[in-house]
Amino acid sequence: MYSVNYHRAASVADAAKLLKNGDAKLLSGGMTLIPAMKTRLAAPSDLVDVSRLKELQGVKVSGKTVTIGAATTHYDVSADEKLKKACPALAHMASLIGDPAVRYKGTIGGSIANNDPAADYPAALLALGATIITNKREIAADKFFKGLFETALKEGEIVTAVSFTAPAKAAYEKFRNPASRYAIVGVFVAKGKDGVRAAVTGAGEDGVFRSKEVEAALAKSFDASALNGLKVPAKGLMSDIHASADYRANLIAVMAKRAAAAANA
Amino acid sequence: MSDVSLTVNGKRVSGSVEDRTLLVHFLREHLGLTGTHVGCDTSQCGACVVHVDGRAVKSCSMLAAQASGSTIVTIEGLANGAELHPVQAAFKEHHGLQCGFCTPGMIMAATDMIARHPQGLDEATVRAELDGNICRCTGYHNIVKAILSASQTMSKGAKGRAKQAA
Repeated sequence: MYSVNYHRAASVADAAKLLKNGDAKLLSGGMTLIPAMKTRLAAPSDLVDVSRLKELQGVKVSGKTVTIGAATTHYDVSADEKLKKACPALAHMASLIGDPAVRYKGTIGGSIANNDPAADYPAALLALGATIITNKREIAADKFFKGLFETALKEGEIVTAVSFTAPAKAAYEKFRNPASRYAIVGVFVAKGKDGVRAAVTGAGEDGVFRSKEVEAALAKSFDASALNGLKVPAKGLMSDIHASADYRANLIAVMAKRAAAAANA
Repeated sequence: MSDVSLTVNGKRVSGSVEDRTLLVHFLREHLGLTGTHVGCDTSQCGACVVHVDGRAVKSCSMLAAQASGSTIVTIEGLANGAELHPVQAAFKEHHGLQCGFCTPGMIMAATDMIARHPQGLDEATVRAELDGNICRCTGYHNIVKAILSASQTMSKGAKGRAKQAA
């Protein structure tokens, strides 16, 4: 790891100030950033640690509205009793990220700000039609996730929370790479007040995306049988040593079907 | 440089380290606690697992500066003097180690796993929960047996204590 200056922010406002130092980066759980720094794939001059900020912690459920602080860990999301009632699909999804030690550190804000094309949270937030709240504004998930590791976040902008309306039904299913355990394809389906949304991670050349085909089929009937024989085009999907675009296209249909079945279970 | 101050295995410790110092290196090289191992150095193998504020995390993926102010337990802090912790005793009893390199991380992950499942564990759960710990000798069978056995011993102990309290 190259040399770095570590700062522990006292508040979000303090973090915003500290971010103006050189080529500073926010540090939350550090489950992606620290390993990337160790291999020198990332070399920020300064780290601004926001992981201990109380104002960024915790899950709040008020009626159907769920708000999750950006520095809430995957473990805390997965174990939150209120969330397990309001949106069990998201709590379950959080329990599938990485391994137990990683879930104790990694955070929802870090995951979406990084927008890894195989990360789980981007699919969930896109399918839930969530709003991403920053220290400057609110951004709809549809406009937040821009491409591989790219988001709508501007220089110095800090994700403080995410918020969404709990859907009537939802579920997430992923097909893991057997070695890395990252999603080769992950599909989050949700039936909410604005209809059916289905988002796919792990497969798109430009990162997370909504599947028109899955959404159209499930809008007719929110049931696994509605996806029988569904064809998803391979165009725009990744091909790599783990899976071809055609294979991923097929997996999208399979995972969507499993997710629809789980959402109705 | 960062001034780091921690409670490690019940003792207050402090030191001045480069900001980029990983927690595992602080433990091993500054405090001489070499029971915590560096296996893969890519956050996959879990040989470096320690408890930070009661949670089992990978100390190779965390800066010492991030941990400052925290309470840490390493493998050296589990036993009560000459008396092994129930998880250590179970690993010994069930031969849950071959070369022993992954053992400190396995045991620290196992104690956390057992604490999170006070109702008890089954084999499938233990195997799934060991996702982040790799045994290069592939000695998983006996590791799983040891964890299941320790889980039973510890839940009996907890019940016994609850009875005494009642």
